[in-house]
Amino acid sequence: MIYFDNSATTKVLPEVLDTYNKVSEQIWGNPSSLHNFGEQAFNLLEQSRKQIAGLLNVHPDEIYFTSGGTEGDNWVIKGTAIEKREFGKHLITTSVEHAAVRNSFEQLKQLGYEVTYLPVDNEGRISIADLKAAIRPDTTLVSIMAVNNEIGTIQPIQEAAELLKNYPKIHFHVDAVQGLGKGIQDQIFNDRTDFAAFSGHKFHAPRGTGFIYGRRGRRIAPLMNGGGQEKNQRSGTENLPGIAAMAKAIRLVLEKEPSAVETERQIKQLIMDHISKFDKVTIFSKNDDTFAPHILCFAIKGVRGETIVHAFEKQGIYISTTSACSSKDHAESGTLNAMQVPDDIATSAVRISLGDHNTLDEAKQFVKVFDTLYEEFDKLS
Amino acid sequence: MHYTEIMVRYGELSTKGKNKKDFIKQLGKNVRAVLHPFPKLEVKAQRDRLHVALNGEDDKQVIETLKGVFGIENFYPSVQLDKDMDVIKQTALEMVKEQYHDGATFKINTRRQDKHFEYDTNQINNMLGDYILENVDGITVDVKNPDISIRVEIRMNGAFLSSEKIHGAGGLPVGTGGRATMMLSGGIDSPVATYLAMKRGVKIDMIHFYSPPYTGEQALNKAKQLTAVLGKYSGNIQFIQVPFTEIQETIKEKVPEGYLMTIQRRMMLRIAAQITKNRHCDGVFTGEALGQVASQTLESMMAINDVTTMPVLRPLVSMDKTEIIKISEKIHTYDLSILPFEDCCTIFTPPAPKTRPNLEKSRKFEQYIDVEGLMKKAIDNIEITNIKPGEEFLNQNQDVFAELL
Repeated sequence: MIYFDNSATTKVLPEVLDTYNKVSEQIWGNPSSLHNFGEQAFNLLEQSRKQIAGLLNVHPDEIYFTSGGTEGDNWVIKGTAIEKREFGKHLITTSVEHAAVRNSFEQLKQLGYEVTYLPVDNEGRISIADLKAAIRPDTTLVSIMAVNNEIGTIQPIQEAAELLKNYPKIHFHVDAVQGLGKGIQDQIFNDRTDFAAFSGHKFHAPRGTGFIYGRRGRRIAPLMNGGGQEKNQRSGTENLPGIAAMAKAIRLVLEKEPSAVETERQIKQLIMDHISKFDKVTIFSKNDDTFAPHILCFAIKGVRGETIVHAFEKQGIYISTTSACSSKDHAESGTLNAMQVPDDIATSAVRISLGDHNTLDEAKQFVKVFDTLYEEFDKLS
Repeated sequence: MHYTEIMVRYGELSTKGKNKKDFIKQLGKNVRAVLHPFPKLEVKAQRDRLHVALNGEDDKQVIETLKGVFGIENFYPSVQLDKDMDVIKQTALEMVKEQYHDGATFKINTRRQDKHFEYDTNQINNMLGDYILENVDGITVDVKNPDISIRVEIRMNGAFLSSEKIHGAGGLPVGTGGRATMMLSGGIDSPVATYLAMKRGVKIDMIHFYSPPYTGEQALNKAKQLTAVLGKYSGNIQFIQVPFTEIQETIKEKVPEGYLMTIQRRMMLRIAAQITKNRHCDGVFTGEALGQVASQTLESMMAINDVTTMPVLRPLVSMDKTEIIKISEKIHTYDLSILPFEDCCTIFTPPAPKTRPNLEKSRKFEQYIDVEGLMKKAIDNIEITNIKPGEEFLNQNQDVFAELL
C-alpha cells in the first residue's frame, strides 16, 4: 500500500502510541485532583506543554490544548468575535479556507457579523493589497491559513503580519493545521501572529488532540465553559494520554523535518515532471518555496476526481479528491472555484499529499500506475 | 568567542589579612561544589585569584553558574592560545570587533609572567595596539577610560586573552561566616532571608516545620525545592524537617484563641534554638520583616524571642515587601514561593491574632501545655535530608516523563 493522503490524516507512530498507552495505563489521574496521583498527571501535562512550547520557541503559557484543528479554528474565530464584539463586528478571511474556518465565519454572519472573503489569484494566493483594502476601523479579526489544504499554496503570512503591525488592535489568526513540520514555522510564528491552530492527527499523533498558540496578552472568549482547565480558557478534563503523545509526536516530526521536507520535495518533483508530459493533465501546485512541499493537486481532463481516486485505490495507492472533509459531499473544490478554474476541470482534480515516511520508490511506482491508468482514462473520454 | 578559561578575582576577602588562606580555600571548595555538574573542568584556587580551566565544558553555563557564587567580585572569561604573536593578534582583533561600536576606544593591558617570551610587555602592547588600529576603522586608544579593554597574559603554559568583565555576586564565601539555622516556611520572605544570610558567608541548615495531614506532601516538597534552588548559592544544604502536628493540635486545644499564634511561634523558635544548639550552630535566621503580619510587630517579636538567648537574626527586618519580591525574582525563588500549598503557618490561624501580645500572658498560657515533653518528642523525630543544588522535588517524575515525551 502506498499512502499519499497525509493531509487527510497520518498514521500514529508506534512510539507515540506507546506513550498514549503507557499514560492511559499508568498516569490516568485527573490533573486537577489534589492528591499526588493527580499531581503526577498535572506534572506530565505541564511538562508536555513545556516541551511543545520549547520546540516551537514560544512560552509554555501560550499553548492551550484542544481537541483538534476544527476546535482551534472555531475557538479563535468565535472567541475573538465574542470577546471583541463591542469594538466591531467586521471580520476578514480568505475565500480558500478550510471548512472549519469558513463555516465558523458563516455562523457568525448569521449572528449579524460582517465577513469579507479575500479573493485569490490563479495560484490560490491572496494579495496584501486586497487585505489592506478590506481592513476597516471596526475590523477585529484577520484569519489566514498558512498552507492551503487542497493545493498547497503558502499564503503570504509574513507580509500580512507586516501590514497588520499598523493595526495593532486586530487579532491575527493563522490556521496552521497543514503547516507543522513543513519548514515554515518561522513564517507561522512571526512577531505579529496572535493565534495559530494545530491538529495532532496531521503529524502522527492520535485523533482528538490539538492545540492553539495564543500570544500573551491577547484574549479570546472561551467556548468551553466548565471546570476551569487551561487557565479557565478551555474547560474539560485534559486528554492527557493524547496530549503527551502529541508532545512526543511533535518532537519526532520536528527532528525529522529537514530531511523529510527535502524528500517530499524530491517525490513531488518526480511526479510533477512525469505527469506534466500528458496533454490532459493540469497541475495546480508548484514545487518552490511558495508552495508546501507535501501537497500536489492536479486534474485529468474529462475524468471525475472520484473515478481517479478509486482507480488508484484498486492499485493500492491512496490519494484523495481535493479535501477529504468535503470529498463525500461531491462538492467541487472550494479553492479551485475561488481560483476560477472552470468547473469541468475542477471536478477532475485530485490531491496527493505526502508524509515524512514516503519514499522515492513509492513515487516511481506511482508514475508507473499513472501511465497505465492514463491510457485507460484516455480511451474513456 | 569560545572561552577556554575563566579567571576569577576575589571580592572583599582580599582585605582579610591572615584569614585569607581560609577564605580562599573555602571559595575554592564552593566553586568546585557548584561546578560539580561539569566533570571535565578544573578549579585552581591561588593566592591572588582562582582559575577555572573549562577543558571543553560549556562556557555559557559555567559563567551563569559562577555568577551566583558569593565571594567573587568579578571574573574574566578568557581564551588560551599558543604563544605565537600572529595567533594572539588575530584573537585580540576578533575580541575587539565583537564589542566594537562607532567611536569606541580601546586599551591593551599586558602582563608577562614568562620572562623568556621573545617580546616584553611594552612591545606586546604596541604590536597589538598597532594591529587593531590598522584593522578597525575609526577606533582610537584611550588608556585611562577605554570602552574595550583587552587583557593579555603571557604565562608559562600559554597566552591568555580576555576582555569581558562579568560582575560576580559579591559578598563572602559561604562557610567563612560560621554556621546557622534558618526557619524556612516556603513563603516569599524566608528564601530571600536565606540568600542574604549566605551572602555574608553563613552556612545555612534549613529548619522546616510541617504538620501532616493538615499540610500536604507538596508543601514539604516545595520547601525542599526552594532549598535546592538556594543550594546554587552555597552548595549542599541540610534540610531538617520537624513534625509539628501534635504541638499545633495541643495549642489549639488548650490556649486562648488570641494567643494561638504567639504560643505556636514561641514553640517553633524554642525548637529551632535547641536544634541550632545541638548542631553547634551559632544563630537562627528568620524571614521576618517588621510590621508585615501579626507575628512580626515589635511587641510580638519580643513576646516570641523571650524563649531563647540564641541570636535571632532577621535580614529582612526593615525591607518593604516590594524590595523582597524583587530579590526573590532575581534569585529564582519567587515562582516557587507563590505555589498555593498550605504551610503550617497558614493553618490554625485565629481570626484575630493579637498584634500586641502581652509577655506575661504568653508565659502564663504556655504553662497550659507540656512544653518540654512536646519539644523533646518533636526534636527526637526530626528527619534530615541532604539537598544538592538543583535537585528536583516537585516533579520527581521528570526523568520518567522525559522517556514518555
